[in-house]
Amino acid sequence: MTDGAPQAHQVSELELERRHYRSNASRRSILIAVTSTVAFVAVVWVVLVNTPGWEDVKYTFFNWEIGKDAFPSILEGLWLNIRALFFAAIGVAVFGTLLAVLRSLRGPVWFPLRALATIYVDMFRGVPVLIVLFLVGFGIPALDIFPRMDAAVWGTISITLCYSAYVAEVLRAGIESVHSSQRIAARSLGLSHGKTLRMVVIPQGVRRVIPALMNDFVSMQKDVGLISVLGAVDAIRAAQIEVAATYNFTPYVIAALLFIVISVPLTRLTDYVAARMNSREQIGGVV
Amino acid sequence: MSVLDVRNVWKSFGDNAVLQGVDLTLNNHDVVVLIGASGSGKSTLLRTINLIERVDDGQILLSGDDITDPRIDTDAVRARIGVVFQQFNLFPHMRVIDNVTLAARKVHGEDADSARARGTELLERFGLGEKLRDYPDRLSGGQQQRVAIVRAIMTDPELLLLDEITSALDPMLVGEVLDLVRGLKDAGSTILMATHEMAFAREVADRVVFMHGGRIIEAGTPEAIFDSPQQPETQEFLARVTHR
Ligand SMILES: Nc1ncnc2c1ncn2[C@@H]1O[C@H](COP(=O)(O)OP(=O)(O)O)[C@@H](O)[C@H]1O
Ligand SMILES: [Mg+2]
Repeated sequence: MTDGAPQAHQVSELELERRHYRSNASRRSILIAVTSTVAFVAVVWVVLVNTPGWEDVKYTFFNWEIGKDAFPSILEGLWLNIRALFFAAIGVAVFGTLLAVLRSLRGPVWFPLRALATIYVDMFRGVPVLIVLFLVGFGIPALDIFPRMDAAVWGTISITLCYSAYVAEVLRAGIESVHSSQRIAARSLGLSHGKTLRMVVIPQGVRRVIPALMNDFVSMQKDVGLISVLGAVDAIRAAQIEVAATYNFTPYVIAALLFIVISVPLTRLTDYVAARMNSREQIGGVV
Repeated sequence: MSVLDVRNVWKSFGDNAVLQGVDLTLNNHDVVVLIGASGSGKSTLLRTINLIERVDDGQILLSGDDITDPRIDTDAVRARIGVVFQQFNLFPHMRVIDNVTLAARKVHGEDADSARARGTELLERFGLGEKLRDYPDRLSGGQQQRVAIVRAIMTDPELLLLDEITSALDPMLVGEVLDLVRGLKDAGSTILMATHEMAFAREVADRVVFMHGGRIIEAGTPEAIFDSPQQPETQEFLARVTHR
């Protein structure tokens, strides 16, 4: 217990000396890190610039004029990617959770649903996203049973179908990692099976797999670029159009940079969350 | 009418006959303490009463309702019984107050404000008023177990089942939990509890029930069981736990 007023404590000479040493040491490490980074970048730069084909590469991939002209249309394409990502994320959250819950059902009554969910997950985890895009994007419209929809819509649906399978597996692992005593405690209070799942099991299970889910989201963020294969004019497609017009690859580099810019905040956040969850589980931290 | 009436209950796990014809009755305000070696079937008996395990034979009546009838609503039955386990099964993702009010809100349909007010009052009464907004992992084992008890009594259960609620605690923390149980007895709760705390059993029990090999070997007042046990199994068990 930490009750009671803390006693005034005079920090010893020894501890002051240790603190002094530690702060010097950490200043020194920062200096070393900065120096080595600068040196490394300089070496790479010098090597690159002195390669025989550098002038050509510079013209073809890092062309300022062409990049500037292409930028607005690529940015507009990126807006389509972001919208696709938004709807796919919602779709995956709903459908992925549904699949995970179906796979977690116990009891013979549920066998058909459980089996269906299992087959679905196995299939969509195995098939390359690109093939799903082709089959859904070109195959389903050809059936002529749906009203005509934009290629981007079919692309978003394809991404949702694939990622729901990945996310369902992550969620299921989380749900099953919740100890059965938690279920029993909830049922003992009179909570129904559904309420137990919703209020006790899923919240705890999801919490444990948040870093994994964020990872899936990051990779979905770049995979929404694949909808371009269906002809949707997203960032990649817009870049491709510019490339075809100018015979210069700078627009691709621009598109790549834009994808990096939208994904970096989330990758950093994912690392941060994962590190925080780790540190909460391991108290202490000298080693 | 008795609050709990266990009639000739049998339960096996595979070849392991864990309950072999158990009979037990608790009247209103009774405090009955189950004692017996580890593996004698105490937890299993409590779990059959709470419908976590299904009986193989026999009947269990709760205030006259046959709760072993498969047509009964098991959630409704569980909502009438309060349970506290050995391991403090608080929900780690909910604050203390939310743990305590969950069943009132989500099972009994009490509105959030009134559940909150009652939960706060109960927690304060049991010295946990400071901890309302904390998550369980910030609490000591004794505090967690007291919260678990408050959670169990929050909905005024007809019967309280306590399964070795102090076994996982540091010896220093046992007292505060047992004090709380004393308080519940004084308030008139009907309690069936398994424990290894013999001194406590002697103090609070109206009746002590000794189990061995899935049977009730001997039952009676604390004085009768602890001072003059009649059966050899009871004598042997007590000699072992009291080092005599
Ligand atoms: N879910 C279960 N599956 C299989 N065996 C069990 C299960 N629960 C309890 N048992 C067995 O039942 C016996 C009685 O256990 P229990 O009721 O926990 O005794 P006690 O609480 O008196 O220590 C033990 O042999 C134990 O191994
Ligand atoms: Mg036990």
